[in-house]
Amino acid sequence: MGIVKEMHLVEDLHNVNSKPTRDGYGEALLILGETNPKVVVMDADLAKSTRTVWFREKFPEKFIDMGIAEQDMLATAGGLALGGMIPFCSTYGVFVAGRAWDQIRTTICYGEFNVKIGGMHGGISVGPDGATHQSLEEVPLMRVLPGMTVFSPTDAIEGRKVALFAAEHIGPTYIRYGREAVPIITTEETPFNPWKAEVYRTGDDVAIIAAGTLVYEGLLAAEELAKEGIEARVINCHTIKPMDIETIVNAAKECGAIVTAEEHSVIGGLGGAVAEVICQHYPVPMRIIGIEDRFGESGEPEELMKAFGMSAENIIKNVKEVLDMKE
Amino acid sequence: MPMKYSKKELDKICIELRKDIVTMLNKAGSGHAGGSLGSVEILVSLYWNVIKHNPKNPEWEERDYFILSKGHVCPAWYAVLARRGYFSREELWTLRKFGSILQGHPHHLKTPGVEASTGSLGQGLSISNGIAMAMRFQNKPNRVYCLLGDGEVQEGAVWEAGMTAAHYKLDNICATIDRNMLQIDGITEEVMGLENLEEKWRAFNWHVINVDGHNVEELTKAYDEAMTVKGKPTMVIAKTVKGKGVSFIENQVDWHGKAPNDEEYKKAMAELEEAERRLG
Repeated sequence: MGIVKEMHLVEDLHNVNSKPTRDGYGEALLILGETNPKVVVMDADLAKSTRTVWFREKFPEKFIDMGIAEQDMLATAGGLALGGMIPFCSTYGVFVAGRAWDQIRTTICYGEFNVKIGGMHGGISVGPDGATHQSLEEVPLMRVLPGMTVFSPTDAIEGRKVALFAAEHIGPTYIRYGREAVPIITTEETPFNPWKAEVYRTGDDVAIIAAGTLVYEGLLAAEELAKEGIEARVINCHTIKPMDIETIVNAAKECGAIVTAEEHSVIGGLGGAVAEVICQHYPVPMRIIGIEDRFGESGEPEELMKAFGMSAENIIKNVKEVLDMKE
Repeated sequence: MPMKYSKKELDKICIELRKDIVTMLNKAGSGHAGGSLGSVEILVSLYWNVIKHNPKNPEWEERDYFILSKGHVCPAWYAVLARRGYFSREELWTLRKFGSILQGHPHHLKTPGVEASTGSLGQGLSISNGIAMAMRFQNKPNRVYCLLGDGEVQEGAVWEAGMTAAHYKLDNICATIDRNMLQIDGITEEVMGLENLEEKWRAFNWHVINVDGHNVEELTKAYDEAMTVKGKPTMVIAKTVKGKGVSFIENQVDWHGKAPNDEEYKKAMAELEEAERRLG
């Protein structure tokens, strides 16, 4: 029981560096600018924020600023893909998954065009900008689309690995990034298999299945729970679609109880996706941690995360509740 | 550039295509008669005189691209593609039926010669811009053609795309607006006025050409002119009659999304055959 060595996570969870996951997107694009001649980067007037400004400075000829016009950006990306390029569309999650949804649905997904979407500012930790800019709804909007692959990386390193993989993968891809600096828990050596949910900590009492920065909170929660004799399995489910059914079902079978955690609405996100798998393959008691059915609000990221239950404490509370249900 | 096909040859083909269209719609029992009949000369000018294409190899590297942004008039496009040899004419009679390669709105994964899936209005011009940019990135001379409806231009995203094409000086794009003055709910100028359409596109920094959308010579000339324009995209505003060629469908709002029943079908075919005889 405990942290899985082969995952090569940081040595001390209480002494970690932090970085926004969106930095990983910007770093990956810089690499792709050198290595993949088909990659072009599109942005809708948010280049600094989406970190595409790094690419723009180095490869201005392959950078397309679309102005504040997300619908045009996404359908244009479809045409670029049709013409043989690999476009990375970059803006905030609300503006792309919301405003340009029909372009993503009909032009990109129905047409099976090879378009990549970097959706920034997912989650409540966006902070002071408030509800208009805090995207809590992209996951169901994107995963309902046939052919769409949906990633939610846990830290900046994984965020880079995901974007690099997206350029190799053929098909529409959505990557959910965050604004705020969050703990870097993986290392360069941490294996990244896009089609696998990774078990970061073993345990047979309960499974904590998390995505994004909640993986870190899940590991902290598991550490505390172990002191009380509760062994929690912690799974980084960075790929929300297609879901690694085998790993999720094994967790249900071997642990008998599941708690999901994500910085997203409790409706239709990672929790919903896991529930769809569990209820059909191996029903066990389950709790979904996320933003309850409501919009966010302004505040400092840290206080919002706490207020909205995006914490190890809340995971521990839910684990205990689900263990009661199990018995 | 001279016409590859004479006006008389093409006018004859247009009538043949109109017969195909009413037959397809009658067999399907649904579909968009008005816009399909009205856009025939535009499509024929492009596919017989202008566009570089290879029906035996739809993915030909050197092809020009055509995007039907007003996807609902695909019966006309399908009839054109069949007659040019992309697929058998027999397929036309399966339009809108389960398992058909001819979907109710164009889907490029089903139909040879169809480049993108359209039907949700307001996306085709952006798709065209993307292709035009991709050609430029790869230093390819391929051109991009796009057909929009006039009602479709009410979609805000069309104007976003209008800005993009002009901003990036995409002179490898030539779009056409099928200006038939009608949309589902009525006359465009009563539903949501578009005029002055020409001045709007000029103000968006496009090269604009006005033509009679049923005159294949004028249309071909406009597309030839577009090829000579540098630093700007071209918009051809083609004045058309919705339902052209079948008297009781012409200019009738109610025929936007309707198919002829058996009696109407016979009447339409008789009119078209008469027109064919007159043409000689």
